[in-house]
Amino acid sequence: MLITCPYCGPRDVIEFTYQGDGNRERPDPASQNFEAWNAYVYDRLNPAGDHNEIWQHSGGCRAHLRVVRNTLTHEISSVAFVRGDHASAARRKAEGQS
Amino acid sequence: MVERQSPLEPEFHVGSHGNFEHGVEILLTETRPGSIVQLAAWPGEEKKLMAAIRTVTGLALPDGAGGGLSDGVKSVFGFAPGKFTVADDAEGLAAAFAKVVTPDIGTVTDLSHGRTAIRIAGPKAEWVLAKFFAIDFALPAFPIGAGRSTAHHDVFAQIQRTGSDQFDIHVFRSFARSFWNALCHASEEVGYEVQ
Repeated sequence: MLITCPYCGPRDVIEFTYQGDGNRERPDPASQNFEAWNAYVYDRLNPAGDHNEIWQHSGGCRAHLRVVRNTLTHEISSVAFVRGDHASAARRKAEGQS
Repeated sequence: MVERQSPLEPEFHVGSHGNFEHGVEILLTETRPGSIVQLAAWPGEEKKLMAAIRTVTGLALPDGAGGGLSDGVKSVFGFAPGKFTVADDAEGLAAAFAKVVTPDIGTVTDLSHGRTAIRIAGPKAEWVLAKFFAIDFALPAFPIGAGRSTAHHDVFAQIQRTGSDQFDIHVFRSFARSFWNALCHASEEVGYEVQ
């Protein structure tokens, strides 16, 4: 299985580390909503088909990636940096949103 | 300054080795740069960091992933988004960068004692490296000056192409002797010379 890293280009899956389901939304750390936390920790879609995943190119540029992988065929249909483009990060900084 | 000992020393045997009766097709050496630093830009500050690299080294980095260049004394290449490795034959690179890379721009990490730079050159250099790393070493895919981050059996390697048949490989110092031994074994069948 090859994953095409947006920085490094196509690399063997052995260079990557699976970081988990990319569909989860982490509740606010101060949240006391146990259902939301339960869903974050345990609920998984487990689809037979395209699946949003987080991978890290741990044996390369070490960037975290959003990958859409087909769980039936291992076909990778999209790869992008988890962190949006750097321009938008700079804009957030300018707007005081850290 | 105290002379830095090479981690390769017990296994560094100058001369020709392996199957060299029909000629030596690989040259192996340790480049021993005086300084190796890694620079990382905060998001959005990459251009300022590249300008700082130009100020300190005189090298104008090209845009694009893995872009780099070398003037034979100093070399620089990108190894990750917004991150660059710079090496210099002289010491003192980290101090020079600390003056121009302000905390607003990014960070400077001195790795002069943490990395070992091994140079592999010769007509079979691509062929030997292809045994180690599953990346495309052909010149159009890996142009001169460019850098690549990859790993060999979980040992990270940053590779810069410094000539049409020459590559500089930066590996962790503590793994360098083991990697060197592997490189020598892989070069045996084409004949190699250690300089």
